Amino acid sequence: MRDLRVAFPTTRGMTEVVHGISLSVGAEKLGIVGESGSGKSVTARSILKLLPPSARISAEELRFDGIDVLRASEREMRAIRGKRAGLILQDPKFALNPVMTAGAQVAEAWRTHRRGTRKEAAAAAVELLAQVQIRDPGRVAGLYPHELSGGMGQRVMIAMMLAPDPELLIADEPTSALDATVQAEILRLIEDLVSRRGMGLILISHDLPLVSHFCDRVLVMYAGRVVEELRANELSDAKHPYTRGLLNCLPSLLHRKQRLSVLARDPAWER
Amino acid sequence: MRRLRALAASVASVPVTLFGLVLITFVIGRVVPIDPVVAIVGDHAPPQVIARVRLELGLDRPLPVQFVIYVNRLLHGDLGRSVMTSHRVTTDIAHYFPATIELATAAILIALAVGIPLGVFAAAKGGSRFDHFVRVISVGGQSVPVFVLGMIFLLVFYVKLGIAPGTGQQDVLFEGMVPRVTGMHIIDAALSGQWDAVQDGLAHLALPALVLGYFSLGYITRMTRAYMLDALHSEHIITARSKGLSAARVLWVHAFGNVAVGLVTVIALAYANLLSGAVLTETVFSWPGLGMYLTVSLLNADMNAVLGATLVVGVVYVGLNLLADVAYRLLDPRVR
Repeated sequence: MRDLRVAFPTTRGMTEVVHGISLSVGAEKLGIVGESGSGKSVTARSILKLLPPSARISAEELRFDGIDVLRASEREMRAIRGKRAGLILQDPKFALNPVMTAGAQVAEAWRTHRRGTRKEAAAAAVELLAQVQIRDPGRVAGLYPHELSGGMGQRVMIAMMLAPDPELLIADEPTSALDATVQAEILRLIEDLVSRRGMGLILISHDLPLVSHFCDRVLVMYAGRVVEELRANELSDAKHPYTRGLLNCLPSLLHRKQRLSVLARDPAWER
Repeated sequence: MRRLRALAASVASVPVTLFGLVLITFVIGRVVPIDPVVAIVGDHAPPQVIARVRLELGLDRPLPVQFVIYVNRLLHGDLGRSVMTSHRVTTDIAHYFPATIELATAAILIALAVGIPLGVFAAAKGGSRFDHFVRVISVGGQSVPVFVLGMIFLLVFYVKLGIAPGTGQQDVLFEGMVPRVTGMHIIDAALSGQWDAVQDGLAHLALPALVLGYFSLGYITRMTRAYMLDALHSEHIITARSKGLSAARVLWVHAFGNVAVGLVTVIALAYANLLSGAVLTETVFSWPGLGMYLTVSLLNADMNAVLGATLVVGVVYVGLNLLADVAYRLLDPRVR
């Protein structure tokens, strides 16, 4: 992806929200961090062309394994979506279809990309639910989303995206809607599946330490731009004042402070 | 358990609603400045005849007593006699109501078959030229009075083009030829195997059903569009698309699947509206249904008939509402 720009129509004409992002990802774990509204999700969704039709996407280059995403037809995109790249959204409460059972939603993903009978799909769904460490997957398959806990819902979501065996997994804040203890479990599950299947992963989060712990590389975004790119273990050597500022705001048990620092913003970062 | 209780509560509210309906209709029927006695015996009857009939009808008693007597008879299935037809009102209603059911059912089927796809596609292409076109169509259905549209249809398709038959339920040719079983003309004709009568019946049904159907279509289209817009903006649609599903599957299975349950209520209300609100259409097309019966009875101050027909309409309304409520509870996994 080179020089990606995304604009949305507002009452005052088109407003650009992503100003030229370049990134590439292989079979590795890439983290994207940034505050709300910094353009993380928009960037990730534009890889799959899943932005609302009113959005205007342009880029010098936007390719998925050689396929020009910007010029790809809806049919070509469907061959990428799900089959080669999966997307995990933030809150399973809203991201799962409320009137379809968990099993049916996983089976649908399986059946869309692999030819098979309904029966095979249903069996595959139960098998996939077991792979995301759901106990009693046969029972859970028959439950509706509102009967699932947040952690379970997110496991169903992951199972659904793993069904066609994709090469890339985009996880858009997969744990921010979950309890802290469940967060760790879900992340461990994603890490385990990604490394076992040799997939690429784009993990979007606003939790800087978590991402640096988890990923190989981290992009720090601010106001629609990448302000810094780091190897995860070099986080402490971050140079950009925004990244430094963020790190400085973190509470620590070892170095206690009376008050947490507040980020002092510089308008120059937006340029 | 909680679901059962909620259901029981909505069932329990039905008699209360109906009692209110009877009370209001009864009071309105008695306070209008029309003397039912004069309506029966005529303007020139001698005073002693008028006095005797008044006594026979129990109209000399106080209003509350009259009401109690009426309700008591009602509970025994007696709606009194119609002055105009001199039949029991229950017999009259059984005679006229099937024609209304036939017309309303045909109309709602047309409205559903056209309105739902229009609403779904308008929402899918929100803001497009097609969406605006659909909006004009549906606002037209809601705002053009049915009697105006009915007369225009008659003028164009019957008088000018001559491709539709005129008013009424059947051609005089078939008068008295079809044995009455259900009271619905076309079904009776089919039951007796008279296919030319079926064809004639369908032809007569076409115009009034189109007029009524267009009226409901506006409402159903607009509700479908609004619900679909809401559904299409939810997160799970992004999930469905990211799974690589076809646009049609996302639209009809994932978005419409979430909307269908809510539409049941809309459709039930629209159908109840058609069953009760066909008065004008039936008058324009001389359709021998409950609406026409009600109008003629009202013009002749036939209060027993008016009360009876109004009650039937009320029962239909309340019944369909209850049915929609039950269907909603059965179909939506979130409230099941």
